[in-house]
Amino acid sequence: MIPNEAPITPELIAAHGLTPEEYARILKLIGREPSFTELGIFSAMWNEHCSYKSSKIHLRTLPTKAPWVIQGPGENAGAIDIGDGLAVVFKMESHNHPSYIEPYQGAATGVGGILRDVFTMGARPIACLNALSFGDPNHPKTRHLVAGVVAGIGGYGNSFGVPTVGGEVRFHRRYDGNCLVNAMAVGIAQADKIFYAKATGIGMPIVYLGSKTGRDGIHGATMASAEFGANVEEKRPTVQVGDPFSEKLLLEACLEIMAKGCVIAIQDMGAAGLTCSAVEMGAKGDLGVALDLDSVPCRETGMSAYEMMLSESQERMLMVLKPEKEKEAEAIFRKWGLDFAVVGETTPTKRFVVRHGGAVVADLPIKELGDQAPVYDRPFTSKAKLPPIEPGAIKPPIGIAAALEKLIGSPDLCSKRWVWEQYDHVILGNTVQRPGGDAAVVRVNEGPKALALTADVTPRYCEADPFAGGKQAVAEAWRNLTAVGARPLALTDNLNFGNPERPDIMGQFVGCVRGIAEACRALDFPVVSGNVSLYNETNGRAILPTPTIGGVGLIGDFTKSMTLAFKAEGEAILLIGDSRGWLGQSLYLRDICGREEGAPPPLDLAAERRHGDFVRSLIAEGLVTAVHDVSDGGLLLALAEMAMASRIGAVLEAPHDVLAEITAHGFWFGEDQGRYVVTAKAADAVAQRAKSAGVPLRHIGTTGGPVLALAEERPLRVADLVHRFEAWLPDYMAASSA
Amino acid sequence: MKSAVLVFPGINRERDMARALAHVAGREPAMVWHAERDLPAGTDLVVIPGGFSYGDYLRCGAIAARAPIMDAVRAFADKGGLILAVCNGFQIVCEAGLLPGVLMRNAQLRFICRDVYLRVERSDTPFTRGYNAGQVIRVPVAHGEGNYIADGETIARLEGEGRVVFRYASPDGIVDPNFNHNGAMNAIAGIINARGNVLGMMPHPENHVEAAMGCTDGRGLFAGLVDHFKLAA
Repeated sequence: MIPNEAPITPELIAAHGLTPEEYARILKLIGREPSFTELGIFSAMWNEHCSYKSSKIHLRTLPTKAPWVIQGPGENAGAIDIGDGLAVVFKMESHNHPSYIEPYQGAATGVGGILRDVFTMGARPIACLNALSFGDPNHPKTRHLVAGVVAGIGGYGNSFGVPTVGGEVRFHRRYDGNCLVNAMAVGIAQADKIFYAKATGIGMPIVYLGSKTGRDGIHGATMASAEFGANVEEKRPTVQVGDPFSEKLLLEACLEIMAKGCVIAIQDMGAAGLTCSAVEMGAKGDLGVALDLDSVPCRETGMSAYEMMLSESQERMLMVLKPEKEKEAEAIFRKWGLDFAVVGETTPTKRFVVRHGGAVVADLPIKELGDQAPVYDRPFTSKAKLPPIEPGAIKPPIGIAAALEKLIGSPDLCSKRWVWEQYDHVILGNTVQRPGGDAAVVRVNEGPKALALTADVTPRYCEADPFAGGKQAVAEAWRNLTAVGARPLALTDNLNFGNPERPDIMGQFVGCVRGIAEACRALDFPVVSGNVSLYNETNGRAILPTPTIGGVGLIGDFTKSMTLAFKAEGEAILLIGDSRGWLGQSLYLRDICGREEGAPPPLDLAAERRHGDFVRSLIAEGLVTAVHDVSDGGLLLALAEMAMASRIGAVLEAPHDVLAEITAHGFWFGEDQGRYVVTAKAADAVAQRAKSAGVPLRHIGTTGGPVLALAEERPLRVADLVHRFEAWLPDYMAASSA
Repeated sequence: MKSAVLVFPGINRERDMARALAHVAGREPAMVWHAERDLPAGTDLVVIPGGFSYGDYLRCGAIAARAPIMDAVRAFADKGGLILAVCNGFQIVCEAGLLPGVLMRNAQLRFICRDVYLRVERSDTPFTRGYNAGQVIRVPVAHGEGNYIADGETIARLEGEGRVVFRYASPDGIVDPNFNHNGAMNAIAGIINARGNVLGMMPHPENHVEAAMGCTDGRGLFAGLVDHFKLAA
């Protein structure tokens, strides 16, 4: 029996986020009352954030394999083979709860955490992306959150020295009480030199590296596994504080000792810090771990075992080193000015034994800590399908030109330059396509290969129909990669939802995962890493279901990557894919008509693949001069974006047969899926190809002039559109808080 | 041209700089760790690259300016050796007393990464001989503290002695507050010392040397330096 520092009361158990049933499970597992430190360890390992207890059984249904997949979910990050002996290592992770409580540090440490996941595997980070969801712009907290989150992401990534090349930003009142910060990092490693968490060998030194342990972030993971109430501000001490300078040193030191062959196993200290990393290394290697906390470098004196085991201080690593290389590794860490301490060893016992001040404060079965965590098959209900809305049933309140002007200057569709200019997006000298296109393109080393990177999801579709929304998120990421000429290879998913104990929320989760799985299978686009963030709700109101998809594609020759800007006057503008004027859940319906209604657009995965493969072949053969996918806001938004990027206008015409069927506003603003706009010098050649490939194609206009000209509408000067497009976000951020 | 690129903890554009030097000069630079006491023998050019040395904690460049290698750098400058200091490097040489003035937070208090236009004020320095005076070049900036400030006397001297080498301008070369993204006094983007052998500048010419990256306007700076040493040899 371990003498206890604090009596284990039902209140203390509840404060650790453990249910009475879960506590009973602990008692049965260890056959005695846990010590206070052990209770903390269980709460760290068994919370939703670390154990995936509500999501696990559903995540298992996702396709994770392909010949090019080196490492699927379950490690720090996923890895795929891109040839030439190189691997891409990537993952996306949320830092939602901390970012709402303390936006700068919450977002900054989100970036720091995901970067660590990538370089822990031996990869040098080459790019970051992020997907941000904020509340209604008029909500009094939104401006403060936008400013803090963006500054935090920039503050960390810029200092660390990785380009932040893409992402998305949206606003909706359902994020008023819970903003979402999803950060993705991408790195390059030698395919045969990827490092894992699995410890091997008995009596091997376990080494603590990086920054010192402080009292920050204690119970961060537990906090992130509960919903918010009225007292959210009180949770600020659970947010960690980031130090990108230390992380940059940690990166260089880790890559150096990896290159010198010192490392057997490595695990970063992220959520649940020392506890989670030590248990994972031992459990994966079927070994026990003995830790001596007296050796842990601490920032302040008098820290208890409990605090050390649960601290989420940043920029720390745990490693198992080759004993003969220990001195060499230590010298490298000292050179970089980082802490290096042997804090334990591997044992044959399969027990997790923690000593502090000479006494054993925890002695637990290491495998069961992870494996025996509760797994829940939570009850769920599926929402009734919403009826489709016929375009004819929607009376346009304003004309086409006026609607475009309004949409282009709306929070969701306006330029996000104000955001991405705060991120260094050119450092490392490989950013071929900067933010603002369909996907970012980043050269791999000296080329010619390059990666296409994107982050996508349409939460309003997921809310209306989780299955359709999950499918669409994957298809849109796949489409964006295709539009720059890349072959989509794999994705990381960051699944953000409300409280899974509510059957309707669980239904959203299950539906989205099913949709994601179906699209992944149809598009040969496996999931290699991911993260689940639940309990994103405040006072019983949940966020929109937001399964963010981070996609990675490969371009054989970066000089042939495609952009969306019109290239020259007098080129044919062609629309690929079918238009049915689908306005249900469109931004036109929401932002012009004030209605959030109807079924989201249907998505035919076979057509999606056919159209995408066709577009990619056109790019490869040099038959098209610009490509843009059609998504939020529909066709006219896509065309306006192509015009604004080039300052070249266009004469546009809706085909008469189409207009009669689906109305002008349906044609220009409908959000039918699987579509692309391309421009070509030789339209006939492209049309011929489309015909033989069985791909629908329509000629919808010609580039040229200073305006977007639509028949029977007032011409819109491209320069004026640019002004509206660029103005909204800076004006909003410059205005004083409402 | 034998270059030495200084590496302080937290510097992060040293690879970009080394790559640009290798591309244009055809020779890899030596990477010199901050704790060294000497520069490699025969160094022609010392480059202090961009980044966040020591996390920009305390004050940008203040800690790096006192690193062991900086004594050798000062001695090198005293002997007339050429020093190119970019971004955090500019902040470091100001803190080290090699150039006057200071880089304050950008006027709008935000980090800014974008392409800017620079008017090259003179072409008769080793750093700018690859350009024509009055030429406008496009290069990226990426900084939160690039707002150049000095007292009135110093500014008057810099201007009077023609030591402002690069100025933020419009694409047509007109100095205009709308194109001075960080609010620098007199739109100053880069200056040289009185002797003309130390250049400090905020923008990143090293990120615009390859056609693959969409612009090669930064190349002239490195090509000019290569020519300078060729002629001197």
